[in-house]
Amino acid sequence: MSSGLIFTNAGVILFAMGIVGIILIRHLLRRILAFNFMGSGVFLVLVGLPQRDGVVDPVPQAMVLTGIVVTVAATALALALLRRYYVLTGKLELPQDDEA
Amino acid sequence: MRRMFVILGATFFVAFLIGSLFELEPAAVSLPTKVADNMAVSGVEHPVTAVLLNFRGYDTLLEIAVLLSALVVILAAGIDTSTEVRPSVDPVVKTLARLVAPVMAMVAIYLLWAGAFRPGGAFQAGAVLGAAAVLLHLSELIAGWKSPKVMLRLGLIGGFLIFLAVAAAMLVHGALLEYPLDWAGDLILLIESGLTISLGLILAGLFLFLTRDDGGRV
Repeated sequence: MSSGLIFTNAGVILFAMGIVGIILIRHLLRRILAFNFMGSGVFLVLVGLPQRDGVVDPVPQAMVLTGIVVTVAATALALALLRRYYVLTGKLELPQDDEA
Repeated sequence: MRRMFVILGATFFVAFLIGSLFELEPAAVSLPTKVADNMAVSGVEHPVTAVLLNFRGYDTLLEIAVLLSALVVILAAGIDTSTEVRPSVDPVVKTLARLVAPVMAMVAIYLLWAGAFRPGGAFQAGAVLGAAAVLLHLSELIAGWKSPKVMLRLGLIGGFLIFLAVAAAMLVHGALLEYPLDWAGDLILLIESGLTISLGLILAGLFLFLTRDDGGRV
């Protein structure tokens, strides 16, 4: 197995862990972290898959570089919204459908 | 019960995806070859920088727009000013931050300059600048930011505006973002310099606006 494929597999596992986290965890801060897990998994797949034959591909690398910066901004935005939500409601979890 | 289903589903998902990875055929289009063929007309020598600022300039242009809008939304959502004040910082940390910050600024300039021919470029340089500002803030050498004044606003949107202006100016020659061969290197350096400053400020702002609660204390 080439190192590119190892990266890809690790990315797939990270992505699945992120999905599980988003579905199962109700605490919003940890949900944001799970979302970041998914993002990191996608980046690993994007970088690893094209270089599975050992040839480095600059195009997905540039895309991932762009993606990382956007992820930072998206995470900061999510955290700001979470903080606002906490200030307004005093809760760190979204209301569930079955409770309403 | 629900937990088990979800974990089981995710395991199947992983197994299916990894299994299909091994069956995957080689890509139909070889992007590395295309990039290598066109490096001569890109104006820079490093393929990632060439892709970011020349071949796929749109993505970078829109990315800085996305960053700006994220910051604007954060400012628009309103910021809580009731957070407790942190304990004072160790003087050793303060001194260290004072020593490290100028070095970080220098590293940022080096990364910006190196982007033309080796790994580096506006994003890395901007990230280092942003980190330097966060470090200075955490060691209480600069206060959290309040509502941005004219200078800060100009800095925040400057990179995007320069990029947009260059892209629009290229319309005279033909297509948006299609640099003439002789100027490509200089134009990319101009765009990257603007991007570095704006990215550094935006990334720092994402942190410093959110901690502005102790801005009035210093």
